[in-house]
Amino acid sequence: MTALLRAEGLHVSYGRVDAVRGVSLAVEAGRIVTVIGPNGAGKTTLLAALMGLLPSRGTVTYDGADLARFEVEDRVERGLCLVPEARELFGDMSVADNLLLGAYPFRRERGFRAKLDDVYARFPRLAERRGQTASTLSGGERQMLALGRALMMRPRLLMLDEPSLGLAPLIVREIFRIIMGLRELGVSILLVEQNARAALESADYGYVLETGEISLHGPAAELLHDPRVTATYLGGA
Amino acid sequence: MNLDLALLLAQDGIANGAIYVLVALGIVLVFLVTRIIFVPFGDLVAYGALTLAAIQEGQRPGTIWLVPMLAVLAFAVEAASLLHKGAAHRLPRAALVWLVLPALPALAAWPLAGRELPDLLGIVLTVALILPIGPLLYRIAYRPIADAPVLVLLIVSVVLHFAISGVALVFFGPEGGRPRPLIRAMFEIGDMIVSAQTLLMLACSALAAFGLWLFFERSIAGKALRATAVNRVGARLVGIRPGVTGGTAFLLASALAALSGLLIGPVTTLSYDSGFVIGLKSFVGAIIGGLVSYPGAALGALFVGLLESFTAFYDSSFKEVAVFAILVPVLVLRSLVTAKPADDEEDEL
Repeated sequence: MTALLRAEGLHVSYGRVDAVRGVSLAVEAGRIVTVIGPNGAGKTTLLAALMGLLPSRGTVTYDGADLARFEVEDRVERGLCLVPEARELFGDMSVADNLLLGAYPFRRERGFRAKLDDVYARFPRLAERRGQTASTLSGGERQMLALGRALMMRPRLLMLDEPSLGLAPLIVREIFRIIMGLRELGVSILLVEQNARAALESADYGYVLETGEISLHGPAAELLHDPRVTATYLGGA
Repeated sequence: MNLDLALLLAQDGIANGAIYVLVALGIVLVFLVTRIIFVPFGDLVAYGALTLAAIQEGQRPGTIWLVPMLAVLAFAVEAASLLHKGAAHRLPRAALVWLVLPALPALAAWPLAGRELPDLLGIVLTVALILPIGPLLYRIAYRPIADAPVLVLLIVSVVLHFAISGVALVFFGPEGGRPRPLIRAMFEIGDMIVSAQTLLMLACSALAAFGLWLFFERSIAGKALRATAVNRVGARLVGIRPGVTGGTAFLLASALAALSGLLIGPVTTLSYDSGFVIGLKSFVGAIIGGLVSYPGAALGALFVGLLESFTAFYDSSFKEVAVFAILVPVLVLRSLVTAKPADDEEDEL
């Protein structure tokens, strides 16, 4: 099976500090792949590099093409989308405008606004708040808006950075339910999480990233029961 | 001072203020989208007035040569960057956007200029000649350093100002130019005589502000510009290219500059170097609004116009001093009113 996204020997450094050191990973089409690991392991840096926000060494191929010369916007236009940890919403614009701008790559197509109704159906809460500015939303709603905006981009591969960060357990469950639902739309997902149990329970395959290197990888179900994982990330078992 | 005099001064102040409003809106627009303080804005206003004056006098305006030269430079910069990225297949499109399109107005103006033209055609030619200058300057001077700190961008702006006002001296000569008034009518409202030119200035200023509002509120391109201003990383993540929104911002700024030039030209004689002060006073207006708010900038610019006209009445040698001196109390007041210190540098990924 050919991978939709494949990174090989990926290096990212901030000045002299190597944040990501020789990471190789693959995301097959239609699957949920997760990268778990402690704070500061380089997870966010890894996603930023895959998205083209940070310069990196090594090769990244997506849909059979080498991404080296592709800028962030080129990657977005090809369906590679990132929901960053900081959400990066348009704070003083309305919820509806935030969503609409997600469809910016398709602005020249007729009816590019139609997708808005799909997103509202998936996130009824956003429909209720469509006139509010994004900065007035609660943490959970902001995450829904970030997800909704990403869906407007018609992603083929959605990269999610800590979607559960700072959210109440009930909302975390809701968010993960939504993420699982995305797979039925044919969206592949690369999920970066500190909440290792929730991530591994919803994923097909998992990688463990520690101090910039992949220390362990395998099918998510196996990792869930791997003693090295349970001891460190699942609070013993 | 009696009421009549005060009204007269106010009328004069509002008329000048209307021009400052246009320029201040442009300055805020460019700053919010690109973080560039576009110092040469006023020079473009002067270019507009001088171009129209030259066309009306039956000469070929300097902008006819200037714009194609800028277009060649801009295309060279774009081509170099495309080749560097290994995207040679995008060269034809780049040639169209940066070379052919900007040079078209100059080509059209070449055979037309030098004869007696109807006023309206002269105005259309002027706007068409000024429009490409903003985006071309952006492509040549700012795009290559788009991620530089605000201070570096400002210094480049200052350099650019000296360069293009020097170029204006070469192309337009040291004499000032003054186009004919667009309309000459006078109205009597009560005891006051109001010139149609004043009303036209006000109307254009209001229309431009309304047009900008529509653009930002209703169109997806306008929303993309706002999005870039609010969150550059977020904008890139939805596929909005900062280069494109920056170019659009400069195109709008050019349009505002051309409009200001057309309106102020017949009222004040402008020469190659007088745009700077117009830009600076509008900048003061924009600062009064905090450099982030369009209504704030518009009010600030009107205030500057009024202040200038009233000070000029008491002592004309102080009119400039007053405008710039007002900056000190305004900045002190703003720093007291603003709860948290404004970050001048956003985190750039």
